[in-house]
Parts: sequence; structure tokens; C-alpha cells
Amino acid sequence: MRAFTQHKGLVAPMDRSNVDTDLIIPKQFLKSIKRTGFGPNLFDPLRYLDEGQPGQDSSQRPLNTDFVLNQKRYSGASVLLARTNFGCGSSREHAPWALEDFGFRVIVAPSFADIFYNNCFKNGLLPVVLDEKIVDQLFIEAEASEGYELTVDLEANTVITPSGESFSFDVDGFRRHCLLNGLDDIGVTLEDADVIQHYEDARRKTAPWLFGAGQ
Amino acid sequence: MAGKTLYDKLWDDHLVKQRDDGSALIYIDRHLLHEVTSPQAFEGLRLANRKPWRIDANLATPDHNVPTTDRTMGIDGIVDPVSRIQVETLDSNCDEFGILEFKIKDQRQGIVHVIGPEQGATLPGMTIVCGDSHTSTHGAFGCLAHGIGTSEVEHVLATQCLVQQKIKNMLVKVNGQLGKGVTAKDAVLAIIGKIGTAGGSGHAIEFGGEAIQSLSMEGRMTVCNMAIEAGARVGMVAVDGTTIDYVKGRPFSPKGEAWNAAVAHWRTLHSDPSAEFDKVVELEGADIQPQVSWGTSPEMVANVAGQVPDPAKETDLIKREGLERALKYMGLLPNQLITDIKLDRIFIGSCTNSRIEDLRKAALVVKGRKVAGSLKQAMVVPGSGLVKLQAEAEGLDKIFLEAGLEWRDPGCSMCLAMNADKLGQGEHCASTSNRNFEGRQGFGGRTHLVSPAMAAAAAIAGHFVDVREMLN
Ligand code: SF4
Repeated sequence: MRAFTQHKGLVAPMDRSNVDTDLIIPKQFLKSIKRTGFGPNLFDPLRYLDEGQPGQDSSQRPLNTDFVLNQKRYSGASVLLARTNFGCGSSREHAPWALEDFGFRVIVAPSFADIFYNNCFKNGLLPVVLDEKIVDQLFIEAEASEGYELTVDLEANTVITPSGESFSFDVDGFRRHCLLNGLDDIGVTLEDADVIQHYEDARRKTAPWLFGAGQ
Repeated sequence: MAGKTLYDKLWDDHLVKQRDDGSALIYIDRHLLHEVTSPQAFEGLRLANRKPWRIDANLATPDHNVPTTDRTMGIDGIVDPVSRIQVETLDSNCDEFGILEFKIKDQRQGIVHVIGPEQGATLPGMTIVCGDSHTSTHGAFGCLAHGIGTSEVEHVLATQCLVQQKIKNMLVKVNGQLGKGVTAKDAVLAIIGKIGTAGGSGHAIEFGGEAIQSLSMEGRMTVCNMAIEAGARVGMVAVDGTTIDYVKGRPFSPKGEAWNAAVAHWRTLHSDPSAEFDKVVELEGADIQPQVSWGTSPEMVANVAGQVPDPAKETDLIKREGLERALKYMGLLPNQLITDIKLDRIFIGSCTNSRIEDLRKAALVVKGRKVAGSLKQAMVVPGSGLVKLQAEAEGLDKIFLEAGLEWRDPGCSMCLAMNADKLGQGEHCASTSNRNFEGRQGFGGRTHLVSPAMAAAAAIAGHFVDVREMLN
């Protein structure tokens, strides 16, 4: 996994709460058996006026010019500013895959849905939770000034605005550690293989009915 | 000292290692797999040259992409080549690693959250995960069950564990009894309407109270299934006699002496009377009316006798905008009566409501009646091959067919519309599924979430009606 230490990037404000993962990447694209290539279909129902199909050349499709990511001033954005409960709904990891593939590295919101939040960390994408009032302020600033960038520092746990104002955020220890170092968390878990084996052996004795498939 | 909640007990029971940084390794007893969220996980295993940790903990089935008509051709019957490749990939991955899979032509195939309980592969006290957010369904058995992403599917395959943070405890109590004609689906929609789609975020919800305890296992599964729509990855109901009776005699259930030992343990799977919850929400069962969702989020629900809200009355600007957007997408007017919403299609199915009891309730309503001529389609999609068999043994298929509903083969079908079953643009559907998001059942499609009985009543009327008027 790609490590994340610090990132400075253009902010795209997406002013809508409860953005669900069906909206982030709709079902027809989940038929892929790969992890990559979802970027052109990120927010497909919002970005385009027609219904997208897998394998299609998206550069020929009619764009919804009202949608934030289609506005020229936000082209190249890598920090998504969002509203409450971002990523709710389906557990599809295709959602963070699409965000990452499109070029986002950070999502800032007042709250995230649990499964989505977790999935981001597995893909080098940093979800940052900030107080709703602060997010409101960032929305106002990002919309007011073209080229508005945020610096997100995971080592210092801070988000810094162009005027130098700094807000701190929390990320729990293990996720932070894995992301900072770009660690494969399966490898980390397997360092405890003997502890897992020990637990499993004990469980086989106390709850034998949990072992062996029925037919 | 306060006692333990059910969630605390399940957590402690599966704790492999508590790490200094606050994270923990939790052991996973059962891992369910389907074709959509697993291919990249198997690929990851291969690339890292890893083997599954414990084969017998896994059970797989294709459900999202399978056609719901004519299964005689098996996998060759999947017309869309991309869908077919995904199902083939699941088959070949399971074959390669020796994982038990109910393939497309197996009578036991079905929606993953229907077949687990049906087989007894879901047992009380287990930790159960699946790359699917509706894994919360299995919490109905006093399990710690939740959806995971594909990276975690790979993690569980490789290590039999997940790295977890303990979440908070929330109790949702439904007191008293539900009224006649009011079902588990109405209860859970009313709960989501009350607490909102983020109401349970960061919490494991335990559903309790008399009305929940009085539910059948099918009803409890419907409620836990939708915990995720209230933002909670985990929904649970305590184990009682209903749970144990349901589990008994199923293919994966313990037998003989092991059964007795298991039951003794299962009897302990409830919150202690002195347990404390971080959040408690109470509803009165008698107040709950049949529910219909009118918007594009499961919290946008109303009583069937109610009306679509008026955004002009909402003072919070962000909320008002959300309401306006939802009404525009749904093609509804402020203050429109719910019973005035005309329907194009009816879908009875999905992991929320495709079990035998759901089908019985729908059949009871349509028996001896005819589907409204104004509808384009009304379909019933059983949750598994075995549910289908059971329904046919009871003659339910005939009741549906005579009334003019289609009787399909098992799968996710129009819940997500990854196969050929979908809504056309602008069409309204009364659906027993769990999500009414924009485009969920087809591009531009408009979903209204209801119970199977309410969907059946709507099929007859062509618009929403209070099913209680049709039951005597
Ligand atoms: S029935 Fe619907 S919600 Fe359930 S697993 Fe299938 S697609 Fe998901």
C-alpha cells in the first residue's frame, strides 16, 4: 500500500450529505474483477447525463456541467470536502478504489459511514473527520477562493488552510501506523500467527461445533 | 460493577489479542463469500503467495449476478459476459482453494444472507463476516456479524482474524406488541425514520423489547438486516428459545452431545440485566404503522396514511435541499398522499424479505385477487432454492401465479439490479428490499421500501394502500 505522510492538494467541495457508495460507484461497475480502472466512473450518475456502462470510453459521454468535479476550477483536485455520513450504504471497496483512481488522497467530512471509513485506510486514502462547524468554514473558503488548497499532515494530525489556520484530527493508532508506513496489515497480523493458532486450538476444545463444515 | 452487553460478551469471547495501540485481533468463525466482493481478495492472496487459514470456516455462493429465470443452462444462462466472468471467477477460486460453494445449479444456492441461517452455517455466538454490508442480518442469532470490504475479505481468508476497534453499545427497544398487519419491516423502517441513517454510526445495536422478542427468526433477520441502514454495522438480538428452535436440525448445526454443550453456551448470549448502554432508544410497538419510504434514503419514510413532507417547512437549509433533491428525483410533490403514489413495478425479494415467512405473508394478501392492470410487472424472487422448494410445497407459487405475479429463481435480483432485473427510468417500484438510493434498482428508477404484505397489497391496488384494509 502507498504510504501517506503529508499531502497538499486542491480542494473540491461536494455539498451533499449522506453520499452513498451506490452514488460513488454504481453497481454496473462492480462486475470488474480488478481493483483498478474505476476512476472514470467515480460519481458516474452525477458526472454524466447518460447511464454509464463498463468498458465504455467515458471521454465521449455528455457531462453534467453543474457537478463540482466537472468544473474547471476543481480539475486536478485531490482533497474532497464532503458532508455528513459520507460513504454510507454498501460495503463495496470499489468506492475508495474509484476515489483513489480518480486522484483523491484525502476526504474531509464531519462524519463517515463505518465500513467506508475503514476501507479507505486499506487503500492509502485518508478520511479526516473534522467538526461540522469547521467543515462549514472550509466549504465557504473553498468556494470563495479559486485554487484553494489544504495541507493534510498525518504525522502531525493536522489540516492546514492557506491562511495558516490549523485544525487537528484524530486517527486511531493502528490505522495511522499502517498508513504512515504503507504497511500491509495482513503481514502485520501474521506476525501473531502463533497467538491466533493458540486461540483457535483452545476454541476447538471449548466450542467444537464451530469447526468442520456440515453437509 | 455493570454487567456485560451481548456485544461485550461476543467481543470478549473472540478476542485473540489486545494490542497496545487500542486495536484488537478478533477471531472470525464464519466467512461468507459471494462473487462481487471476493475476486480481488483471492487475487491478493495469490499475489502474496498466501493460503487460506481455515478452509472450513468459509462458505460461498453466487447471488448478485445470477439470472432469476431459467436456471437449466447454469452459468451459460448468464447473458452478460462480464457478469458471467465474475461468477466463473468465484467458482474457480473456490475450486482452487477447496472452499465449499453452492454453485448456480445447486438447490442450496441463494442470497448469501438467506443461505447461511438456512444451512445452520450461522450459529448463535459466532463472529460472521462477509464482503457485504447486510451481513448484519446474522446478528438475529446473537452473532457478532458485519460487512467488510474486499481488503478485509483477503485479511480474513489469510488470517482468520480482523483488526478491530471496539465500538459503542446501543439498545433499540420496541415495547409492547406490533399491531395486526404491522411487521418487522415496518418496525425497522420506523426505527430508521426515528434515529436516521447515521443514528447507529459507531455503535453495535441490540434490538430488544417485547415486540422484538415476539418476532420469528425471519422477522429478527429483517430487523438486523437493516441495522446498516441506520448506520450500524452490527445489529443483534439476544438468543432465546425461538433462536434455538430455528437452529435445531439444520445441516451445519451441531448434533448429539455437541448440541447440548452448544445450547448451554447459547443460553448465556444476552445482555446482563445490569449492563449499561451508551445510547438507548425506545419505541412503542402499538404506535408503529405500516411504513412506506418516499425518498432516496431509508430514513425518508412515512406512515401509509401519511404524506410526502413539504421542504418549505424545513428550517435547516442543508436538510431542505436534501428533501427538495429527493422529491425531484422521486417525481413527487410536497404534501402528496402516500396512497396517491402510482406504481409501475412490484418487487418482493432481497435478503431483507425473501424468506418463507415473507412469501407466506405476501401470498395471504394476493390470494384470490388479481394484480392491477396498470402495473408493468410484479415479481416474487425467493431468497434461496430451498425457500423456493418450500414455497412450492405449500402452493404459494400457484397463488402468486394465479394473481398475476411472476415466480422467479433465487438471487439478489432487482434489489441491486446487477442482473437483468431492473427498473426503467422514472418508474416507481414498491420493493421489499433495503435501499432506496438513487439508481439503486436501475438508472433513474424510484424505489419505495415496504414490507412484503404492503408490497402485495400495492400489487393488487396499483398504488399504495394500507394492507390492514385487505386482511380480515
Ligand atoms: S439482496 Fe440486495 S442487499 Fe441483499 S445481498 Fe443481495 S444485493 Fe445486497
